[in-house]
Amino acid sequence: MFLALRDLRFARGRFALMGAVVALIAVLGVLLSGLASGLADAGISGLRALPMTHMAFDEKATSEQFSRSTVEQEDWQEWSKAPGVERAEPFGNTLANAQVTQGAEKGEQVNLAVFGMAPDSPLAPDPARGESLRESGAGIVITREIADLGVEIGDILTADRSEVRLEVVGLVDETISYGHIGVSYTDLDTWRHLHYGLPGDLPEAARQQATAVALTLEPGADVAAVEKATATRADAKQATFDASPGYAAESSTMALIKGFLYAISALVVGAFFTVWTVQRKAEIALLKALGAPTGYILRDALAQVVAVLVGATAVGTAAGLALGSAMIGKAPFSLSAPAIATSSGLLIGLGTVGAIVAVRRITAVDPLTALGATR
Amino acid sequence: MTTPATDHRVASDAAGSGGLRLLDITLTLGDGDTAVTALDDVGLTVAAGEFVAVVGPSGSGKSSLLAVAGGLLKPTSGTVHIAGAELTALSDKERTAARRRHIGFVFQQSNLLASLTVREQLLLPLHIDGRLDAAARTRADELIDAVGLSHRAGSRPHQLSGGERQRAGLARALMTSPAVLLVDEPTSALDRVRSAEAVQLIAEQTHERGTATVMVTHDTAIMDAADRVYEMVDGRLT
Repeated sequence: MFLALRDLRFARGRFALMGAVVALIAVLGVLLSGLASGLADAGISGLRALPMTHMAFDEKATSEQFSRSTVEQEDWQEWSKAPGVERAEPFGNTLANAQVTQGAEKGEQVNLAVFGMAPDSPLAPDPARGESLRESGAGIVITREIADLGVEIGDILTADRSEVRLEVVGLVDETISYGHIGVSYTDLDTWRHLHYGLPGDLPEAARQQATAVALTLEPGADVAAVEKATATRADAKQATFDASPGYAAESSTMALIKGFLYAISALVVGAFFTVWTVQRKAEIALLKALGAPTGYILRDALAQVVAVLVGATAVGTAAGLALGSAMIGKAPFSLSAPAIATSSGLLIGLGTVGAIVAVRRITAVDPLTALGATR
Repeated sequence: MTTPATDHRVASDAAGSGGLRLLDITLTLGDGDTAVTALDDVGLTVAAGEFVAVVGPSGSGKSSLLAVAGGLLKPTSGTVHIAGAELTALSDKERTAARRRHIGFVFQQSNLLASLTVREQLLLPLHIDGRLDAAARTRADELIDAVGLSHRAGSRPHQLSGGERQRAGLARALMTSPAVLLVDEPTSALDRVRSAEAVQLIAEQTHERGTATVMVTHDTAIMDAADRVYEMVDGRLT
């Protein structure tokens, strides 16, 4: 880097401008990553927290399965008997509105993303405060987001339509959401009342239904037969995220924006180093005439590229982290180290690719042009 | 036979010295109807410590002569010998290495690198060759002193006058103790007095350091400092 470092210092104005562009893109990269993970958390952190490897939906539901799928009791019984299936549990999912009818925040409207499960199943929550779910009594376990509204253990919520009285029995002290709504857990019968909007006794048919079967499968288990028998389809846990409202659209939008950002950054870096290399043509010819191998000049140029990109990305990432920390709580935003490392790595990597294309023209410079007559 | 101290690769060459030998060089540029004979059966022997000037109008083939002698162009026919080794028989890679180790170039308007100080300009050739050590730094200081630039060692090219740049370029060319020094129009950016000084300095350094020096120029006023003068017309040396 004998020459590269001295060029950086000598032309610091030009490099600072280019570095500033890369740094700003890095800031945007961090903010977008934060927003993407924040949106993902708000969308599917409830599903992510469930101990399962797959989920089986009614095969007729091909999209938005959580609102369209219904499975029957014989389905989960069939699943739990199938080979390669460690566990199969009914899982209910619905969105409901309720009002605080007893408690400090009486009259407050509450949106609930209700997960229904057997209280003794591994799907059931383990509350930090209060009690676990019980088989009868319409208890719910709430999470951080609803507690933040002022709802406390012992409060009574009354659901719209079904008029079901829900007693808050426990609190999981984490922000767990589904479809941008705080998750609450309840037993399956209470979930059915909420889901069908029915007060009083449930009809016999409804009493044997759930949204899906939460599965824990052995690695490589072949479940084609049981899928056929039950007319259900098992999706891997990751794939179930796409079945939640808006998640696929949100994440593909974010991915598109990020993709464009990286492409722009690679182009900007490539364009800058193209101009820079063209400007240096006479010096490159001189270096070659002095006997510098092309490899020496390329190494020098690439070291310069990497130094600029790493420096600018580090500055931009630090600024992005500072900005991002200020946004937590005000927007769906969360900082995840792997996501930010990926974003910074891609910025540096793709920028280097852009620059490699640019500095490749070093190989084509003819040392003869260093001599006067042919200039 | 004794070999000059500056030349460590001298072999028993027909010329009896380490210097530069061009034998029957012909260089044809382009092909077909547009082919131009830039060098026409040129022979030239320059002994170590000898300063040869080649004068001629532009387009006479002077620069081609330097390019061939310096291994930048391969002649169509004929051979180039430097310090006893046949430059024209080497691969591209080996020729690049030979340029780096045995040939010093002084370019028109000196051709310094904008971001380097005078001292760094001198260190660069040795950095390229992976030999940048304490001895190299000492040699750089000694050469800067020899060309009278001690007070300018930390200056960059844009802070130097034309004459100073030319002297820095000469010092850089001498850094690797080259067997051959090739000088391209050294006075094109200088006035008459400074031209005479610059050429005088090249002559001094040639005699002192034992390089085989070839200078091409169209400036007939500066030939007096040379040991021998050739004229180049239409690719022929006379």
